[in-house]
Amino acid sequence: MEVRLEREKELEDLLGELKYASRSEFEFHDNSRPVYSTGKGLTRSVVEEISEIKKEPDWMRRLRLKAFEIFQKKKVPEWGPDLSGIDWENTTYYIKPDDRKTNDWEEVPQEIKDTFEKLGVPEMERKYLAGSVAQYDSEGVYHNLKKTWEDKGVIFMDLDSAVQRYPDVVKEYFCRAVPFTDNKFAALNGAVWSGGSFLYVPRGVHIDMPLQTYFRMNGESSGQFEHTIVIADEGSKAHYVEGCTAPIYDRNSLHSAIVEIYAKENSQVRYTSVQNWSKSVYNLPTKRAWVEKGAKMEWVGGSLGSKVTMLYPSSYLRGPYATTSNLNISLATSDTVKDTGAKAIHLAPHTNSRIIAKSLSVDNGLAIYRGLLRINKGALESKSFVQCDALLIDDNSQSITYPHDEVHEPTAQFAHEASVGRIGTEELTYMRSRGLSEDEASSMIVLGFLDDVMKEIPMEFAIEMNRLVRLEMSKFGAVG
Amino acid sequence: MSELFVDNLTARTVRGEGKVILKNLSLKIRGGEIHALMGPNGAGKSTLGYVLMGHPDYEIVSGRIMLDGKDISNLPPEERARRGLFLAYQQPVELQGVKISSFLRAAYNQMHPDEKMGVTDFYKMVRSYLKRVGLDESFLSRSVNDGFSGGEKKRLEILQMVVLRPKFVILDEIDSGLDVDALKLISEEIRAYHSESVAFLIITHYQRILKDIEPEFVHVLLNGTIAINGGVDVANSIEKEGYEWVRGVTVGS
Ligand SMILES: Nc1ncnc2c1ncn2[C@@H]1O[C@H](COP(=O)(O)OP(=O)(O)O)[C@@H](O)[C@H]1O
Ligand SMILES: [Mg+2]
Repeated sequence: MEVRLEREKELEDLLGELKYASRSEFEFHDNSRPVYSTGKGLTRSVVEEISEIKKEPDWMRRLRLKAFEIFQKKKVPEWGPDLSGIDWENTTYYIKPDDRKTNDWEEVPQEIKDTFEKLGVPEMERKYLAGSVAQYDSEGVYHNLKKTWEDKGVIFMDLDSAVQRYPDVVKEYFCRAVPFTDNKFAALNGAVWSGGSFLYVPRGVHIDMPLQTYFRMNGESSGQFEHTIVIADEGSKAHYVEGCTAPIYDRNSLHSAIVEIYAKENSQVRYTSVQNWSKSVYNLPTKRAWVEKGAKMEWVGGSLGSKVTMLYPSSYLRGPYATTSNLNISLATSDTVKDTGAKAIHLAPHTNSRIIAKSLSVDNGLAIYRGLLRINKGALESKSFVQCDALLIDDNSQSITYPHDEVHEPTAQFAHEASVGRIGTEELTYMRSRGLSEDEASSMIVLGFLDDVMKEIPMEFAIEMNRLVRLEMSKFGAVG
Repeated sequence: MSELFVDNLTARTVRGEGKVILKNLSLKIRGGEIHALMGPNGAGKSTLGYVLMGHPDYEIVSGRIMLDGKDISNLPPEERARRGLFLAYQQPVELQGVKISSFLRAAYNQMHPDEKMGVTDFYKMVRSYLKRVGLDESFLSRSVNDGFSGGEKKRLEILQMVVLRPKFVILDEIDSGLDVDALKLISEEIRAYHSESVAFLIITHYQRILKDIEPEFVHVLLNGTIAINGGVDVANSIEKEGYEWVRGVTVGS
């Protein structure tokens, strides 16, 4: 009890002390000039051009072209948020920032290095990370892995480099968990993908520090289509972290990634992703994990920015005793839509899934939870727990929940819980009448709301979340 | 010397057509005194509590509110609280996710910024009061009023009063929804807290609690105006004859 109270105290102090930069600090433009771009619009020849620039093996070129055909056939999904603002014709699908890739920050071109330094990326690497990759527009410009891990056989680099150096491994896993036929945006990624990370953790190796990739989108009306593959071999353990930001523009940009995670027998993978895209970005990634016998897959996600996000990380529990947990926090700020959730597919006996989704909606923000739980016949004694909590921060905000359950196994157990809270005038006035300032009151509510996930998300992230909420609230004056 | 002085107060709602609810209302409560405010449903009793506390749904049209000779009419609720004003809500608000423990501590630090009480001592004090208001320790880690029964909410209001040690206390229907035993316990806490330095305003429309607490002054509010000022005898007459009696008296006078 006392320990817990101390922790709360610590958090409060931290919040009080740290003066956080506003989002506008991430939204700066820089004047870096790309060395190459495919120009506006997408045709078959653009796809071929990308493959050629990258000097890819023929199988990849053919895969891209096939994905492009599928992309042309598939319709933009209409069951979710409005995507009509995507300007397909005026988007630039490939922007190459520089000719070099390096493992030395000093060699990164000045403008780009300055950008990453402003974002704190090199410093993070020195302090907390086992390795990092930095991607700027379409290409990774930097990757580095600490020698200890390299010596143990860990591979961590941008996926383009991996295609060149480990073509057979990449070929085996590329678009396997997420086939490009899955949806229009996955097909688009298959056709024009560029960058993303490749992480391989050998059998039995436990990496105790996180590996991070930082994605920065700089061009206006551009697209970022990275493709990430994580392979955790038997009994291994890894924590992979992603961060994303972009400047704000009048014209919309498109981010459509694929993330494929292969958690082999008895491995443990944690994938943390914090996106703070500016409000001109459509964020439409497809993320999926194959979780084998006894393996453990954890998704930790924070969707803070973007104009529209549609994201439902999925776990396919393919072997007995495979488990997954999915912890997502979404912040829907003024006139943005977060359509987020999770999918858990139980394919084997004794599998377990736990989904906790929290959303905050502020100033006309709309937060939607969309989930899928499927327990196949034969997935004996499998268990699932889904909890969706929403916090509305004024009267105009909204949250909607669309859970979808398909349970075909009679011995399976599943439960849903949902709650909706509010920071309205009544709540704030009550707290203020006990001497708390409006700021203190609202941040206590936000912290309280996030409390049960706080232990599992990075502290910086929790604080950033709280700060953004306050910023949004102060923007439109009084709360409620 | 504590003194709460409500000086010819007229107040209305902010939203809608700005309905005037309190009309030329005056009250003076000194430290050591207990005043009761009675009145039928809809008379404006809760509104008075809210206006005194600075609830943003209401605004003052004319008149002022003075604490120890200082005009607080334009101060936000938190400033009023920090000067020792406390309102126990008729309907305490549920704060999902806000733990009672951290809420009390944050409030205490705001109301007593000069006292440096360690975390351990603070919770020791809180625990002893918890027991007295009849809540068990597990409440400390529960969210404020979240899923509480009516009676538990009232107990928590009283807990806040004794922990935060305000000088001007308004209790809005602290007695409603309490069973006889709980009412007794709460009355005892109020009596124990009562001292020369505390000014009490007890809002109720039953006479039951007044038997335990014995206020020296009883005011009756009708349509936003004080219709009668008197002593316990006023409460007794209301008990016997209902508020019709008050209407009769005021029309007659
Ligand atoms: N915010 C408000 N907006 C409109 N009418 C209100 C508001 N608050 C109170 N009233 C009205 O003012 C009158 C007095 O209410 P209240 O102070 O709650 O009475 P009491 O506590 O004496 O029962 C009632 O008619 C009530 O409907
Ligand atoms: Mg009332």
